[in-house]
Amino acid sequence: MAVPDSGDDLTRLTATETAAKIASGDVSAVEVANAHLDRIRAVDGDVHAFLTVDEDGAIACAESVDDKRANGEPLSPLAGVPLALKDVVVTRGLQTTSGSKILEGWIPPYDATITRKMREAGVVILGKVNMDEFAMGSSTENSAFGASRNPWDLTRTPGGSSGGSSAAVAAFEAPIAIGTDTGGSIRQPAAVTGLVGHKPTYGGVSRYGLIAFSSSLDQAGPFGRTVLDTALLHEVIAGHDPMDSTSLDVPVPPVVAAAREGAHGDLAGLTVGVVKELGGEGYEPGVEAACRAAYAKLEEMGAKVVEVSCPHFGYALAAYYLIAPSEASSNLARFDAVRYGLRVGDDGVRGLEEVMSLTREAGFGAEVKRRIMIGTYALSSGYYDAYYGQAQKVRTLISRDFAAAFETCDVLVSPTTPTVAFKLGERVDDPMAMYASDLCTLPAPLAGLPAISVPAGLAAAPGGGPELPVGLQIMAPALADDRCYRVAAAVEAALGVLADKAPLLEGAK
Amino acid sequence: MTVTAVSFDEVTERYEPVIGLETHVELGTKTKMWCGCATGFGAEPNTQVCPVCLGLPGSLPVVNASAVEATIRIGLALNCSIATWCRFARKNYFYPDMPKNYQISQYDEPICTDGYLDVEVDGETVRIEIERVHMEEDTGKTLHVGGSTGRIHGATHSLVDYNRAGIPLVEIVTKPITGTGARAPQVARAYVTALRDVIRGLDVSDVRMEQGSMRCDVNTSLSPSGSGVWGTRTETKNVNSLRSVERAVRSEMIRQAGVLDAGGKITQETRHFHEDTGETTSGRSKEEATDYRYFPEPDLVPIAPDPAWVEELRQTLPEPPALRRKRIQQAWGVSDHDWASVVNAGAVELIEATIAAGASPESARKWWMGELARRANETGTELEALPITPSQVAGVQALVDAGRINDKLARQVLDGVLAGEGSPEEVVVARGLEVVSDTGALGAAVDEAIAANPDVAEKIRSGKVAAAGALVGAVMKATKGQADAKTVRELIIQKLS
Amino acid sequence: MPAISREEVAHLARLARLAVTDDELDTFAGQLDVILGAVARVGEVAADDIPPTSHAVPLTNVLRPDEVKPSIDREMVLLAAPAAEDGRFRVPRILTEEE
Repeated sequence: MAVPDSGDDLTRLTATETAAKIASGDVSAVEVANAHLDRIRAVDGDVHAFLTVDEDGAIACAESVDDKRANGEPLSPLAGVPLALKDVVVTRGLQTTSGSKILEGWIPPYDATITRKMREAGVVILGKVNMDEFAMGSSTENSAFGASRNPWDLTRTPGGSSGGSSAAVAAFEAPIAIGTDTGGSIRQPAAVTGLVGHKPTYGGVSRYGLIAFSSSLDQAGPFGRTVLDTALLHEVIAGHDPMDSTSLDVPVPPVVAAAREGAHGDLAGLTVGVVKELGGEGYEPGVEAACRAAYAKLEEMGAKVVEVSCPHFGYALAAYYLIAPSEASSNLARFDAVRYGLRVGDDGVRGLEEVMSLTREAGFGAEVKRRIMIGTYALSSGYYDAYYGQAQKVRTLISRDFAAAFETCDVLVSPTTPTVAFKLGERVDDPMAMYASDLCTLPAPLAGLPAISVPAGLAAAPGGGPELPVGLQIMAPALADDRCYRVAAAVEAALGVLADKAPLLEGAK
Repeated sequence: MTVTAVSFDEVTERYEPVIGLETHVELGTKTKMWCGCATGFGAEPNTQVCPVCLGLPGSLPVVNASAVEATIRIGLALNCSIATWCRFARKNYFYPDMPKNYQISQYDEPICTDGYLDVEVDGETVRIEIERVHMEEDTGKTLHVGGSTGRIHGATHSLVDYNRAGIPLVEIVTKPITGTGARAPQVARAYVTALRDVIRGLDVSDVRMEQGSMRCDVNTSLSPSGSGVWGTRTETKNVNSLRSVERAVRSEMIRQAGVLDAGGKITQETRHFHEDTGETTSGRSKEEATDYRYFPEPDLVPIAPDPAWVEELRQTLPEPPALRRKRIQQAWGVSDHDWASVVNAGAVELIEATIAAGASPESARKWWMGELARRANETGTELEALPITPSQVAGVQALVDAGRINDKLARQVLDGVLAGEGSPEEVVVARGLEVVSDTGALGAAVDEAIAANPDVAEKIRSGKVAAAGALVGAVMKATKGQADAKTVRELIIQKLS
Repeated sequence: MPAISREEVAHLARLARLAVTDDELDTFAGQLDVILGAVARVGEVAADDIPPTSHAVPLTNVLRPDEVKPSIDREMVLLAAPAAEDGRFRVPRILTEEE
């Protein structure tokens, strides 16, 4: 058991509490920043969440928040709150790698739109956190810079691809983080580390400055230890962006208000649909039990819980692992040793094509290569109709399944993942086993719908050992992100905040 | 296999040509297709770039509204159907001048389809059918360093400038053009000329082939006469002028006939046209047609032009050049035969502009079809490429009308302007070409002429005024043509009456 | 079920400009075969008259006005370049078909 000191106190606060203390002058943003930087120094050797820590940038930002406060200027709701930023989001002047050797050392000349929005809101970006390379993976074991570890059990993965984000927040290195979700890469890490993580409606958050994996699925989204913290961060980053043609020109759904409202724990009038196809074989009993207990709580709070069938959800994995690699094979073609990034084998004799091929061979990891080749195959003339074309049709059918279900239900629920956090090394050599982590999270992005993961208690891992977090997934119709937050807040009110129960890691002294 | 040279006439006796033209037009928008970078020429390398047109990780395209409007107007002017809904697609291939290693273009859902353009060839109207018009982006420019000719072969490395990457391009593709026989080369040229004129009339592009804002690829194949079997086609690039279009088709037809006659097969390939020899050589081989793995562009949403807006654009199209020409021909009262010369010389717009600048129709035609056409032929250039503008020509005529110069002197003024010595006014002053009509100054020259030609002078005194012409000539010669003939004549008569 | 051969994998690697090693080819061929087998499941769904979805949320006509915006400073642009010369990106020679 760690001996708490004043530094620990500041890192145990929620983002909401931190923001309030800074706004009231109780504590300075610089103190808060330093406390978190100390925490990173103490524990990140074990957790390995951070790839780049930007101490100077963080302190400078914190100082400007303190200055604003001193001048009596109004502060944004999260001003001075430290944040961990997934290294797939471009930051001007600060290394951005996307978890890949091919971008090691790349310093972008521009900021992503969400980076700019966070800076403007006075959020203190502590640094860039680890991820599966190019967001392809469910454990961070595909990172070129080593895997991150789950603060609940350092022999297990923190999920992926936003595993650095989840590890950082679960280890109290930052109260909030940004991740990206294409097939589940925010929700699954949140579930296995006891956090809240939300994938916004597609188009709800700008993709300008997100290093693209699968363009029609990618969305950046917030992580937090509480539903309210997550909602506050959502409101900072969401909104229309003229630099992103796929961004929606509509008001941001009122997620903060919904989170506050949901915390009252009154769900009368709400119909919750449990998706039949997202359960059964392959799902750990502990996970299903925890979720069933959560459904019971929803009923206690006044919701009507029914079972629904979404018959095409069983094809989501196949459709996703055709669509995403296809788009990725094209998106990653730009890494060619010409304008930025790694260049290998340029001895003055070799031609460009060879240098390009050697560079991509050396710079990309195995999973990235696999997906590029699958994508190339699926788009090839002769195969397009049967593979990519057919997958896009299955996508339509999945959207129709959702539409039908939402005719009778307000939200749909399921476990976020079939299992609790798995051990490092357990699935690395078996791509299909790794892909299976996404079974529950794949349908929502295929339909462009919002989905949140909220902690639903703990469950024992099959092999025994300490109990590990279970996540409950709540899905809603397009632009009804607030509904996700409302129900999540109700679950949190009923079950309590889980993150505080994480083992308090002691850093090496 | 020996390939013997075949004459063009022999070619068209035994083969029917099928030609096709793919034209790329650079739009003159202020910004690029997907980003707000400037598009002006002549900037230092890589100074008109941003994350989007450099293809930096994380960047995204956003469609230029003016480019869409320009493309629709081109489609309407070519009598196309405008799609009610269309998408962009990615064309995937690796090349260093393409920052993303895919080009955002349109594939099976182009914005305009099924149009036509009527062109005049030897007094006959030929209807060229247009398959499609679509939007895409241009590439950057690559310099090949170290080789002897600046071309790829033998280069040690290459240097890439992305200023032009992302410039909006419109691609116009004809359907296969059949039934042209021996006139295939002229039909091709007439089509490109007419297309250029239509697009220029819309004011959406400079369409200057010499500058690259209009590029033509010519597809040629031969079908043995009467067989109904189409041959393998080749694509010819580097066709940089209207004349080259005609020459390229001609030379490819001859080449292919030679190969086929000798029992060979035409390789489906891309060929390179050479200005100096007028021949084509083999370029990149298309042995395995590249699979571009097209798929709908996920970073862009479909374009669905509002039909009411499209109709408005249609109503506000300028008069089609062909119709305009008919109207002008009638207004000027020029015969069909003479008119054909004017059109062939590419002089209609030039003459019109000269009239607009103040010259009379007759004088405008006279200068462009006479003196200037002669000079264009001498230098092997096209009329519009001469370094003189319609307003300058009108300026020369204005000086003649004002009596400050005469016809002969006007020719010298034209020389000066073409040589880059300045405006007509400046050339007159610099070269001292002003007509002298001051009677005092001329008086001496007239007296000299009278004194030197006593018998002529006697004739005039006795009433034969017509004889004054000889004395006028003498004075003109003495004054190097700068005397005002009318004034001289009056002076002579005055002095001798 | 598609069986993907080692040669096909080598071909895909070439198309994607990946200089995979012989050992990798063996491993990848096996893995890709399994993955392709799994994703081929999409073919089990009857979808002849189903329209494909390329965008989950239906938007059209997102356009921007033709107004010039500042470009990036060239120095910043070339800073990240693996090689630069005379203000341009320098790349190894582009070989022609014969070479």
